[in-house]
Amino acid sequence: MAGRVDALYFFLLAVSGFFGLLIAGLVVYFAIKYRRRHPNAVGAQVAGGMMLEIGWTVLPFLITLIIFFWGANIYFAMSRPPDETLNIYVVGKQWMWKIQHTDGTREINELHVPVGRAVRLIMTSEDVLHDFSIPAFRVKADVIPGRYTQIWFEATKPGRYHLFCAEYCGTRHSGMTGQIVVMDAADYQTWLSGGAPEGSLASAGEKLFAELACNTCHRPDSRGRGPVLAGIFGRPVQLQNGEAVPADEQYLRESILQPSAKVTAGYQPVMPAFQGIVTEEQLLALIEYVKSLSTPQQQALPARPDPTAPRPGETR
Amino acid sequence: MREHTLTPGSHPALAHHFDNLEQQAEAATLGMWVFLLTEVLFFGGAFLVYTVYRHMYHDAFVVASHELDVVLGTINTAVLIGSSLTMALAVHAAQVGSKRLIQIFLILTIVLGCVFLGIKATEYLHKFHEHHVPGPVFQFEAKYFREAQIFFSLYFVMTGLHALHMVIGIVVMLVILWQASRGAFSAEYFVPVEVIGLYWHFVDIVWIFLFPLLYLIGRHGVA
Amino acid sequence: MNVFPAHHYLNDGYGIKSWLLTRDHKRIALLYLAAITFFFFIGGAFAVVMRIDLATPAGDLVSDDTYNELFTMHGIVMVFFFLIPAIPAVLGNFLVPLMIGAKDLAFPKLNLLSWYIYIVGGFFTLHAIVTGGVDTGWTMYAPLSTQFSTTRVIPAALGIFITGFSSILTALNFIVTIHRMRAPGLSWFRLPLFLWATYATSVITVLGTPVIAVTVLLVAAERVFHFGFFNPAIGGDPVLFQHLFWFYSHPAVYIMVLPAMGVISELVAAFCRKPVFGYSFVAFASLGIAVLGFLVWGHHLFVAGQSVYASLIFSMLSFMVAIPSAVKVFNWTATMYKGSISWQTPLLYAGGFIGLFTIGGLTGLFLAAIGLDVHLTDTYFVVAHFHYIMVGGTIMGYLGGLHYWWPKISGRLYPEGLAKVAAVIIFVGFNLTFFPQFIVGYLGMPRRYHAYPPEFQVLNVLSSAGASILGFGYLLPMVYLAWSLRYGKVAGSNPFGATGLEWTTTSPPPTENFAVTPIVTSGPYQYPSPGEKHVA
Repeated sequence: MAGRVDALYFFLLAVSGFFGLLIAGLVVYFAIKYRRRHPNAVGAQVAGGMMLEIGWTVLPFLITLIIFFWGANIYFAMSRPPDETLNIYVVGKQWMWKIQHTDGTREINELHVPVGRAVRLIMTSEDVLHDFSIPAFRVKADVIPGRYTQIWFEATKPGRYHLFCAEYCGTRHSGMTGQIVVMDAADYQTWLSGGAPEGSLASAGEKLFAELACNTCHRPDSRGRGPVLAGIFGRPVQLQNGEAVPADEQYLRESILQPSAKVTAGYQPVMPAFQGIVTEEQLLALIEYVKSLSTPQQQALPARPDPTAPRPGETR
Repeated sequence: MREHTLTPGSHPALAHHFDNLEQQAEAATLGMWVFLLTEVLFFGGAFLVYTVYRHMYHDAFVVASHELDVVLGTINTAVLIGSSLTMALAVHAAQVGSKRLIQIFLILTIVLGCVFLGIKATEYLHKFHEHHVPGPVFQFEAKYFREAQIFFSLYFVMTGLHALHMVIGIVVMLVILWQASRGAFSAEYFVPVEVIGLYWHFVDIVWIFLFPLLYLIGRHGVA
Repeated sequence: MNVFPAHHYLNDGYGIKSWLLTRDHKRIALLYLAAITFFFFIGGAFAVVMRIDLATPAGDLVSDDTYNELFTMHGIVMVFFFLIPAIPAVLGNFLVPLMIGAKDLAFPKLNLLSWYIYIVGGFFTLHAIVTGGVDTGWTMYAPLSTQFSTTRVIPAALGIFITGFSSILTALNFIVTIHRMRAPGLSWFRLPLFLWATYATSVITVLGTPVIAVTVLLVAAERVFHFGFFNPAIGGDPVLFQHLFWFYSHPAVYIMVLPAMGVISELVAAFCRKPVFGYSFVAFASLGIAVLGFLVWGHHLFVAGQSVYASLIFSMLSFMVAIPSAVKVFNWTATMYKGSISWQTPLLYAGGFIGLFTIGGLTGLFLAAIGLDVHLTDTYFVVAHFHYIMVGGTIMGYLGGLHYWWPKISGRLYPEGLAKVAAVIIFVGFNLTFFPQFIVGYLGMPRRYHAYPPEFQVLNVLSSAGASILGFGYLLPMVYLAWSLRYGKVAGSNPFGATGLEWTTTSPPPTENFAVTPIVTSGPYQYPSPGEKHVA
């Protein structure tokens, strides 16, 4: 991906260089050739040329069309992670990055990833806007409180790369930096097995699920007051108002914090709201747990079947 | 139809940089129209925020809107439309050069404006007592506790800005009333009255949008 | 032999009251000149401290909070108190009535009021600066600005709100004046291009400024009353703030650059002594920029959580808005063909504008391409891009115009040799300051950072060195223009032999501008062929 971005960049450099030098060259050339030779000289009346005007309107227009499509193409690729990704959760807060691997490993300001594998970061903020930026991979995205955003990348070379916060977030914005550590597959496995004393993220979520008494209503059979959660991740959910929404991370998050926003058809709106009761990280654990209740095939679906479709009731 | 006739010698109201009263009047009215355009954009920003959140939180908005006093709101709407009528009559009085009628109708407009503001103040007081002012003392049914605050925030900001515009309009009308009482206007020169008329009608139109959008959500017979 | 007129607007009444209560558009223009120069140096001082801090990677000159306040206040002061008013309120106020053959603007008292409003708004902002500063960034994104920042956000927001009215009233004045007060014979397509640009700018101002007004009001309301428009905890959307903010702030950049383009049209015509090539295309391009400028705000939100399809549309439109600007650059260049070119200082500034604005505009294309913008946004590349347009563009246009019309304003010539030197110093200093920033931004250095990885230091040092040269360069015109008021050569009514109604009256003009209302019989920029008597 970085290569594609750079290719466009260098093309634009060439186009800019060409036009910049052309204009500068013409100005300098005219400056010398048509310099005023005696004090009362005036310039010649030159008739405007319609063809010329059209020409130098249409030509730049065509060039910009090329650039637009090129850039759009790259952007589409950036917005559509492949089906199989290694998912890692990121929570930004003033002024640090908290990273959670699904196996329970946590990191602060460092993200270890294996080389050659597509990695998808699902991110949110606890407070203000931040931006998770990896210049070497040419990716970044704002990290927004109350919402999940995502980026994906596939690292091609082991090494250490800068991680920056790229949305001004207050006092220690310049200090909210870190490293992306790309390791080859074997080293990564070694590193991974050294962490996670508390078990995987999903198992933490399972514990929380019991502690918060979610399991009293969300039973594995259909006798509970709440919908069965096994197998729902990634599939559409029928709502009371007739709409169907995909059960992705954003949906699960909202259903925990504000359950009355989207009530599943056939159920009463009796679920209590957990806003203010669970932290962002606990939310991620719960979500991972619910994900783990779906089969691997179901889990492999992209979190949002169409990330670009507007979802009911959401702004962009 | 207004008539601006040129009088020999300079009319006392003619400013030095204009050629004639007609040019001056046209400039003044064009200026007010441009200003009203800025006001459309100003309120437009607030209406945009309203539209976005109403779309997002429709149910909460319906419930919250029902907490507003639709009787008082309707009375206020009638009062304001009435004040637009008296304002139009004031402008007409100015066109025919009737100093007495200008004064009467301006006073009526001001009075109606004040009635509107008084009723608004009463509504605000009710909201305060019912703990519907967003912030630390806000109370509302749990289901819509969050989004209702956005509704009421919009209610106070939009009606508050509207009320502020009315206050400014009333102050300007008082000035023009004073000018009228000193005989400043005639059939030849009455453009200040015309211009405040435009402004006042605009303020009325903003309310005509605010009223249904804030008070009448989901009230068309269906609960 | 040039003679200083006996009666003119500067000696038509002495004393502080005759200035502070003036209704003369020319005196009001000078009141604005003093005020914006003051704010320019305040904003510039902040920039100097920032660049010194940035010379070392460690961010050790000032604390984090102080640095954050510096870049915020640099932005607020420069955008709202210098760039937006500079050309319209100084050059526009002075020239619009003169160029259309009128005695004053349509609403002289409103004009004076708008200056006072500017001063009051400036006072609020200065108060915010002096009592603790603001650290939200001039963009004031929520929820940092509405909930988390502990600095003087409300006075700063109110200062911006108040000053917005000054902008609106000036623009309103221009619109009505240009519509209703043109001299006999001066049809729309005989207007000088500066007036087309001023008109387009005024339309943008009138439509866009109210939106920022209501937006900063919502921010203040959220801070004071805890309303939650942008607070996710009660269902508010921080991204909505960004939409509202940029809906104005993108057209605002056209408010800043269009008047400068208008100046360039005048300078190129005057110093090549021929009509601007493609006059009507340049005029329509101004209007085109005004319209398209309102449709591109989403390009500031490509990585902010905006939907993919919305981003694509904004990207496409952002490319479109570049086209009319390119058309103007081509037309100005073509104007020089077969001109009679005299490289006096104003044309040096115009040449600088054409080069630097072109680079700035071309780098805008980099940012409009979404796939590339993801990498470049929020880095120093963007900082360099907008400084090329704002400083390389607008400030060059402003200085070029100030020099060109200085004889008309003051009756005296500026010292040509020293002015040329200053222009070159400014050009060199500017490029040294901002060109390295393109590179360091592409390499990944984020903006609004004062501590950065050491590998970016060399480029930062170059940039800081350039800033010191640029700062020195800006001081020079202040000095020699003031000097010329007393010691400059007497200019006479048309020292450059240019066309335009403003050059048909004395330098300085009388208070009522023209002894006799001019009657216009031809289009602009009609220079007689050699042998004919030169007529304005």
